[in-house]
Amino acid sequence: MTGIGVVAPGGIGAKAFWELLASGTTATRAISLFDATGFRSRIAAECDFDPQANGLSAQQIRRMDRAAQFAVVSAREAVADSGLDMAELPPARLTVSVGSAVGCTMGLEQEYVVLSDAGRKWLVDHSYAVPHLYGYMVPSTLATEVAWEVGAEGPVALISTGCTSGLDAIGHGVEVIKEGGADVAVVGATDAPISPITVACFDAIKATSPNNSDPAHASRPFDLGRDGFVLGEGSAMLVLEDAEHARRRGAQIYGEIVGFASRSNAFHMTGLRPDGREMAEAIRCAMAQARFNPEDIDYVNAHGSGTKQNDRHETAAFKESLGAHAYEVPVSSIKSMVGHSLGAIGSIEVAACALALKHQVVPPTANMHVPDPECDLDYTPLHARERRLDGVLTVGSGFGGFQTAMVLARAAGGRAG
Amino acid sequence: MTAIVVTGLGVAAPTGIGVETHWSAILAGRSAIGPITRFDASGYPTRLAGEVPDFVARDRLPGRLIPQTDHWTHLGLATAQDALDDAKVVTSDLPEYQMAVVTAGSSGGTEFGQREIERLWRDGPQHVGAYQSIAWFYAATTGQISIRHGMRGPCGVICTEQSGGLDILGQARRLLRSGSRLVVAGGTDASLCPYGLVAQIAHGRLTTCGDNARAYLPFDADASGYVPGEGGATLILETAESMRARGVDQHYGTILGYHATFDPRPGSGRPPTLESAAAGALADAGLRPDEIDVVFADAVGDPALDHAEATAITKIFGPYGVPVTAPKTMTGRMYAGGATLDVATALLALRDQVIPPTTGVYSPAPRNRIDLVGAYPRQDRLRHAMVLARGHGGFNAALVIGRQLTAHDDQGEATWRK
Amino acid sequence: MAEVTLDDLRRILRDCAGQDESVDLDGDIADLLFAEIGYDSLAMLETVSRVEREFGTSIPDEAVQEMVTPRTTLAYINRRLAEDTAGSAA
Repeated sequence: MTGIGVVAPGGIGAKAFWELLASGTTATRAISLFDATGFRSRIAAECDFDPQANGLSAQQIRRMDRAAQFAVVSAREAVADSGLDMAELPPARLTVSVGSAVGCTMGLEQEYVVLSDAGRKWLVDHSYAVPHLYGYMVPSTLATEVAWEVGAEGPVALISTGCTSGLDAIGHGVEVIKEGGADVAVVGATDAPISPITVACFDAIKATSPNNSDPAHASRPFDLGRDGFVLGEGSAMLVLEDAEHARRRGAQIYGEIVGFASRSNAFHMTGLRPDGREMAEAIRCAMAQARFNPEDIDYVNAHGSGTKQNDRHETAAFKESLGAHAYEVPVSSIKSMVGHSLGAIGSIEVAACALALKHQVVPPTANMHVPDPECDLDYTPLHARERRLDGVLTVGSGFGGFQTAMVLARAAGGRAG
Repeated sequence: MTAIVVTGLGVAAPTGIGVETHWSAILAGRSAIGPITRFDASGYPTRLAGEVPDFVARDRLPGRLIPQTDHWTHLGLATAQDALDDAKVVTSDLPEYQMAVVTAGSSGGTEFGQREIERLWRDGPQHVGAYQSIAWFYAATTGQISIRHGMRGPCGVICTEQSGGLDILGQARRLLRSGSRLVVAGGTDASLCPYGLVAQIAHGRLTTCGDNARAYLPFDADASGYVPGEGGATLILETAESMRARGVDQHYGTILGYHATFDPRPGSGRPPTLESAAAGALADAGLRPDEIDVVFADAVGDPALDHAEATAITKIFGPYGVPVTAPKTMTGRMYAGGATLDVATALLALRDQVIPPTTGVYSPAPRNRIDLVGAYPRQDRLRHAMVLARGHGGFNAALVIGRQLTAHDDQGEATWRK
Repeated sequence: MAEVTLDDLRRILRDCAGQDESVDLDGDIADLLFAEIGYDSLAMLETVSRVEREFGTSIPDEAVQEMVTPRTTLAYINRRLAEDTAGSAA
């Protein structure tokens, strides 16, 4: 991994993102993107994002859904960070893989409101349709925009496995490079779900926190008082290269992706088995690929969404896959600070892991004051911790039963990022 | 490297439900394009579609699943079940972590989503149902198939519009090469609701022709756009060893080559890349162009895009160098479902040694120098077929398939593996 | 005052969450666990939300824990409706 770009709540750019995490500051607040009166959960972690100030053209802004804007801006930052001269790369050797759980929902909903006259017409009025409406209907547009931005002509994919989309999209890009299908991959994920329909659908299943009176402290992974996740938004894009390719050009190397595996629980679309066995299996497979023993993991970036069920499920999976080491290794959930941006969060968390490797600092779990007896690991409460980090595990879990694990290692050779 | 075989097919298409129903309709050249009946389309400029006839969810799916899933997922679940039955898979005999599901859908639970978003805006947030959270999103079909059949391997979802229907087969092959034994690979789509149709009317590539027989004429001088369709197909992919380990030998054919590319940004001055996708798939299969005996075209029905495709085909195979067909003239364009269905149809063509027709195209545009198979099936010696797909926004994919393995192939394969 | 009956509940369950073919919903289900008659947590959330809208009441989140069988569910809902009526009369 030679380049990182992030658009996240609390600040645009990888630097602002890391400062937020390292200081344990939360970016959750009352929803300002729309009037959330009447909704059960009226809080979210929003990005203060000005597309124009971030270099998008008037036409790009008109055409692109917010999720696409995030992706293009973070891809641009990642490429600049990598120091690659895209014009020098053969376009056919450049692959793009973008994850997203809900695609261009925001654009789709805004246009729907116009075409249906706020829900009054089932037979929506085509005379009000914008020409790029189909681009909102198909989430692949997000991959299209990133591919156009970086000039890719190799394989381009949009991966949509719910809340593991980000990890799965990065894993997809890694596999394309490993097979020899490309030299360089621009990978990551984006989601902009803070729109009425997405907020309402999580309201309906009571998955999000209703702690509207205290938004800054509403996302409480692993805390006894946790009452659901807080919706977030954002994007992280990464530049991956074949290790040899990166060393040859003397690139800064944040780390290597040395293990990636996914499993499904085939149990329930939203429910999780308390024993976490499928996530444990994914972790074991990813570690085996990396040739890691549990002791080689120095930090676990948890999915830690802050729902009762998830945090227990995950704790069980860590114990099952890491054994006694689960009690030794620091675990944390950055969702306590940046919320849960659905498909995007997996890539944002990989960016956090890479930055943790760079700074040799474990980001904390904010808002964790009262431990849940059923979650009895070291969740790095409140404050970041300096620590020698060589191997890092990050996991994701999503609606549909998807469980994904990825292992990153500090680069052996090459200049440290 | 071990052979990848297709051991089961499930089809739910405008041409019928079930593999043989679909295949006989295709061979008979029976177009399934007709007026839209799923909603009142009389006020829209496009009023024709290919709808899956007689699909009764109640007869095909567990009652509890129906209200929590969109029509698109219904079609995915039904074709997955049919494909597994066709392949005689007993899931309890296979290791749970070595069975995976990969699906492609271009636009998710469009009709379900429109109903819920209508409730939200008409009646308020409390009126959004609990199932919206699991029915609308693009991963719904994979998740439901995985749960229904107890498949706990590396499941996935690829959304690259029409090319997704081939990309999932590339992904399935990747999984089979890295430890999975069986992959359910399904492409279905069903966006025949008002919002789904209007989104396509907006981009201008739908036909506005109201004559069933003249509406969707790819490569024709009168091409006026495409007709939307719904449905798709699910394939069961396995390694040859895994198939034999189950005591099964019956299979439709093999997946030999796959490649995907992406078109440069409009205005960049660089050429489109469908040709590289096709060339890449050939190279991947280790075949020469003259070993491909039929090409199933993407066939958008837009004069410029048809010409671009014909040019790509001509560059690889030479002018009029290979029979080209587009049975989707009988179903309409089915996005991710369309490309997977084309692969199913191509496997049947190899099985029966007959190229299915392209209906309605009586005056091919002369600038497209391709040997377009006309209104009647063509008997031919078919060794390998290529399927092409282009997804809205610049995605290209090509897949090369071959006939069933024979004992001789097995020997060759064994030697090759050494 | 409107009272929710077992038949109302059957109708709402069927309508919003479908029916498991192996279960006779018209049979003696009052004391069976919802899990036994094929309904999961999402089905219950959907059902409760329909009841709230149809009968014009509001049911707090934690109440779902009490609703383990049709009988306990009806008891809870009808108690709630009675409270609503008493409240509005007062």
